[in-house]
Formats: sequence, structure tokens, C-alpha cells
Amino acid sequence: MTIPQIEIQLIAVVVAIACAIPGVFLVLRKMALISDAISHSILPGIVLGFFITHDLNSPLLILFAALFGVITVVLVEAIQKTGLVKEDTAIGLVFPILFSIGVLLIAKNANDVHLDIDAVLLGELAFAPFDRFFVGEQDFGPKSLWVMGTILITTCVLLFLFFKELKVSTFDAGLSSALGFSPVLLHYGLMSVSSITVVGAFDAVGAILVVALMITPAAAAYLLTSNLKKMLFLSIFFGIISALGGYWLAHFLDASISGSITTILGVLFLIVYLSAPNKGLISVIIMHKQQKREVMLLTFLLHLNNHSDTTERHINHLNEHINWHKLKSKRILDLALKNNLILIDNEIVNLTEKGQEFTKLAIDYIITNTDEKIEHMKDDFFLFRG
Amino acid sequence: MNFSEYFSLLFSDYTLRTISLGTALLGAICGMLGSFAVLRKQSLLGDAISHAALPGIALAFLITGAKDSNVLLLGALVSGLIGTFWIRSMVTKTHLKSDTALGLVLSLFFGFGMLLLTFIQKQPNANQAGLDKYLFGQAATLIEKDVQILLLVTTASLFILLLFWKEFKILLFDVEYANTLGFNTKFLDILITFLIVLAIVLGLQTVGVVLMSAMLLAPAAAARQWTNKLSVMVGLAAIFGAFSGVMGTAISASQNNLSTGPVIVLIAGCFVFISFVFSHKRGLLLREYKFRQNRRELHHNKTLLFMYEIAKDHKNIEHPHAIKILNNFYGFTVKTLKQLETKEFILISGQNWSLTKKGYYQATTMFMQNEIKNDNTTN
Repeated sequence: MTIPQIEIQLIAVVVAIACAIPGVFLVLRKMALISDAISHSILPGIVLGFFITHDLNSPLLILFAALFGVITVVLVEAIQKTGLVKEDTAIGLVFPILFSIGVLLIAKNANDVHLDIDAVLLGELAFAPFDRFFVGEQDFGPKSLWVMGTILITTCVLLFLFFKELKVSTFDAGLSSALGFSPVLLHYGLMSVSSITVVGAFDAVGAILVVALMITPAAAAYLLTSNLKKMLFLSIFFGIISALGGYWLAHFLDASISGSITTILGVLFLIVYLSAPNKGLISVIIMHKQQKREVMLLTFLLHLNNHSDTTERHINHLNEHINWHKLKSKRILDLALKNNLILIDNEIVNLTEKGQEFTKLAIDYIITNTDEKIEHMKDDFFLFRG
Repeated sequence: MNFSEYFSLLFSDYTLRTISLGTALLGAICGMLGSFAVLRKQSLLGDAISHAALPGIALAFLITGAKDSNVLLLGALVSGLIGTFWIRSMVTKTHLKSDTALGLVLSLFFGFGMLLLTFIQKQPNANQAGLDKYLFGQAATLIEKDVQILLLVTTASLFILLLFWKEFKILLFDVEYANTLGFNTKFLDILITFLIVLAIVLGLQTVGVVLMSAMLLAPAAAARQWTNKLSVMVGLAAIFGAFSGVMGTAISASQNNLSTGPVIVLIAGCFVFISFVFSHKRGLLLREYKFRQNRRELHHNKTLLFMYEIAKDHKNIEHPHAIKILNNFYGFTVKTLKQLETKEFILISGQNWSLTKKGYYQATTMFMQNEIKNDNTTN
């Protein structure tokens, strides 16, 4: 590996970690799309900063951009507070309008300067090592590494200092304000950190990748765990993996680095989405099927309990009466037999003692607890699940 | 070129007419279908789908190798639909919320699209230039064929909307009821989503990926402020959309260096702003006026009640009192007294006031109401 290659990967990893941390809180607070809005509406801030300084490398640009990020949040909340439109509509109105203003400002006044909308939106990580940070003659490495490193360290320090406050206000805003931590202050603090991260990162990796790096690792981690600390570590881990993997994919395909990092993120998320235990798509579908079958079993047992007449309990009667087709009824019968809930005697289905006990308890339970699930009873009685 | 020139050229110049017609149609269809998106709380779907369409465009180009805009739009439609249904399955099947799902699809699809675009750019194929016009949109590339497609789609979706009007309406406001009535809500849901995605994909070429969401939302959000009736809202949104399209084209054509997409979005934004402030139903101005009116009424009532307290101890309720005795009471100003006089609740002569019969009656009813309220609260 050459030195620029190592530097690019280092930048990618630092950006990924810096994005993953605020991303977790954005996803948990249902504000994931704010990052998208911010990443677009910082454009007029950058343009204005450029008009004032006439220098694309001035730190004032970042300041202005971050300011516009916060303005976006404030505007969205102001529109939402009027009650005229919903929050999502407010977001969807604010950022395209700010972005349009930015585009028009560039088109009218800065057409001859290298201030490209493409570059803002898409970014190019491959060029990041060429923009170096000098003190006097001494070369201190790529500038974006310094910028993002500073942002990352600040974010980490803030996270350690305010971890429990963030945790409480994320999960229970009411409790948080009762305990004396202002949720509003924390909200704007988080928004400012997100804004600054987006601004610092978009320069290196582009606006869209920032959104992907913020939301995707957090969403994948959220599918795997319900523990905030684990979620933070997992999303940082996903971020690092995709940053490195994405770099090498881009290397082999000779394509955009930010595009490939996003693609790796997408593949990672898809795998987690499909296969996550308990919360992934496959296990959710399996669980639904199982529950459906167990509900059918319960219906069947209740039906048996209701009928003392043998003709009603004939095995062939099942299909007509409960309107199940053959395969389904056979499966339910097998399940009931396996669990020793019924006995089949001469093609007449009888409840066993265990079956009667279960049905009785189930009826009591359904009558007394209307809202709760019956899971724990299933655990007691079922040897085999549906 | 200034405005009047533009409008005279509109009828003679072929290109300008095509583009204006195209943006107007696009605005109309976006406004129409956007109303449904806004009411279904799918406002940001537009943003997500327009980004999600990018890999479809790139893949369609990679597979066919042709830059025919219809093929590319078909690719965009397919990948937009895949994105939509993935969002939906994420929201219904897992515990991820809709904002996360939208953001995921938006960024992941777009990133993959960028990967494909940069990959295409490295291919030895001279035909690949110009794919990035879908990123920011160029209304100037609209040709007559595009306008014909727009017209076709607009008519078709209008037809479908009218055909399924009551079904869509009930789906919007009460899904469970629609279900119990036996409507196939799944089908209706897919149909309206398909139409919305179609409108988004058509808009890509004109206003581009980023601004598409505003194109869909702004006319609908503006129209929502003026009415509570769905049909009026859809119609108004279509008019607002079409008007923003034409105005945007006019302004961008009459100035140098103004791209059409952002101008259209800004015009639509102006509509939203005006509607928010001046709407005769829910506008901010009206709300402020009502607030002040209520406050003034409260002041009147307080003053009148205070007068009643004084007057009720006298045999003749119309007995005059000095204005001075109101001084230890702060609810009154010279203005409120005058207004009470114009309502004929009191009479003012010199430095004295007296309650009229009408004013006394008014105050009694109010006093009774207060008593009842107090009783209720003490109970």
C-alpha cells in the first residue's frame, strides 16, 4: 500500500466513526432524515461563506455551513409548530428550497469558480490526500484528516460527558426534563454536532455518503441489539468495515470510493436485515407463521372443548367446520398430537387431560387479560412450537 | 429577454413552447399526486424514490447501452418501485421507523447508483455522456416526445384517479373502514403508490433528483391550506404546480444562468409561504387576528362584569357611576369603554357611565355562566 492509499483509508475510517456516533441517536430519536436535510441545505451556507472569504479552504465556510444546518432544524421545527403541515412535509419543503437558493447563488455569481454542485453532493475521497495541512514548511498530512479527527474527538468527548443525559432524553424525554436535563438543550446540542459532522464529512465524502454513513450502521445495529452501548459499538464496527471494504471495492472496480462504501454498507445492511435474529425479516416471517399456527391450534382446542357430540369431533369434520383445507388441518392435528393435547380414537378427536387443562386456562386467560399475549402459557404447555 | 417577450415567444417559439408545456404538465401531475402523498404522510417518499431511481437509470444504460430516455425512465421506475416496497416492508416487518427506512433506501440506492455511474464513465463507450443530467435535471432537454409522454401519463393518472376516486378517498382517511367495506386496500395502496412513483420518475429529467421532493410536496402543501375538501385540494395543487412550472420556465428563460429546476422549486416555495400566511382558513395572519379578537373580547367581558358587580347593588341598574371607580380595575381602557358604548351595553355621559338594560342582561347571562363554572370546579 502506498502512503496516499493508507491516508484515504484512514480518512474513510475516521469519517465513518464520526458519523456513526450521532447517527445512532438520530435513528433512535426518529430524526434520521434530518441528516439528509442538513446535508443538502448547507449548500447556501458554503456559498455565502465563499462570497465573504473568497477562499474555498477557509474554516469560515464550515462555520457558515454548520450555521445553515442548525437553521434548517430551526426552520423545520418552526413550520411544524404552526401545525399547518406535518413534520415530514416540513423537512421536505425546507431543504429543497434552501438547496435551490444555493444552486441559484452559484449559478448567478460564482460560475467561474471551482464550486461545483456535483462535488458538494458526491465528493471524492480519492482527492482528499492532495489537500494537505501545512504549518510553515512542515507537512502534517491531509487536511480533511485533521478536520474530521478534531470533530471525532470532540464528538467522543461530548458523548462520554453527556452519555446518561443523552440516553435518558432519547428514551424518555419526560423523565429527562423531570430530572432537570433539558431535552431541548440536548436536542440542539445533538443537532449542532450532527450539522458539524455532516459539514466536515461532506467535503471529503459527499453529502449522500454522509447520510448513508450516519443512518445505515445505526439501523443495522438496531436490528441486532437493544442495548445502547452495544448499538454504538456495533455501528462503529459496521462503519469501519464498510469504509475499508468500500475502498478496496472502488480500487478494483476503478469507481467512486463513496459510491462503493455506500454499496458495501447496503450489502451489510441487507444481510443484517434478512438474517438478524428475532428482528430480521426471515425470523419475523417465521415467527408470524408460528404464531398463526399456534392461534389456529388454540381455536381448534377451544372448538373441541365446546362440542361433546362425537359427530362434531370427527376428524373429517374439521375441514368443513373451521374451514381449513386438508394440509393445514393435518398440520394442526399433528402439532396437537405431538404436544399430547389430543388423542385420536377411532377417528374421533378427544382432548387429553393436559389438553383440557390448557383449554381451561386459555379461556380464563382470554377472558381476564384482553391485551396481553399468551406466550408464557405456550411455554408451559408446548413441547413443540408451531 | 423579458417577461412580455417570453409570453409572445411562447406561442411562436417551438422549443420554449415545448419546455413550458412540459414543466406545466409536470407541475400539474406532481401537484395532483403529491396531494395524496402529503395526506398519506408519505411526504418524503418523493425524496427517497427520486434518489432510489438512479441505479435503475444506470443499470438500464448498462444493459441496453442506449440513451433512449424512455428505457432509462423505465429502469428508474423499476428501481423506484423496488425502493418503495423495501421501505414498506421495513416499516411493517421490522421495528425500524419510517424515517430510518426512507433515509436508508435514499442513501444506499443513490450510493449504488453513483458507483454504477462512475463505473460507466470509465467504460470505453462514448455514448455515456449526459447521464448525470438526471442528477440535477435540465428542463432544456425536454423534447416533444417527452411532453407527449407527460401528457399521456397525466391523462392516464387523472382517469385512474377519477375512476377510483371514492376508493382512494376512503383509503386516505379511514383504511380500516375501507377494509370492512370490502375494498381491496392492498391493491389500491399499490396503485396510488405506483402513480406517485411514476410522477417522481417523470420529474427527474426536468428538476432532478434533489428537488423532486419539493416539486411533489410544495403545491400540495400550499393547496392544503385553502381547503378541507379533497377534490378542491387536488385541483388547486395541480393549478399551483402547473403555474409554478410555467412561471419558473419564464423566469429562468428571461435571465442568464438560471437553471429551471431550482427556480420552479422557489416559485412553488413562494406559493407555500403565501398560503401559510394568507390562507383564509388556517393562515398565520388569520390566526393572529383571531387571537387578538379573542383577547379584546375577554377584556370587554371583564370590564362589563366588573360594572355589573357595581351596578347590581343599586335599585336602579341604570344609575350612573363615575369612571374613576373603575380605576382600581385594570381591564379597561378608553377604547374598550367606547366599544362597549357602540355595542349599547353602557351609556357614557361626561365622567359617568351607566349600564343599559341590554348591557345588564348581557352581564347577567355572563355572570350566571361564571357562577355555574365556579360551582362545577368547586364540586
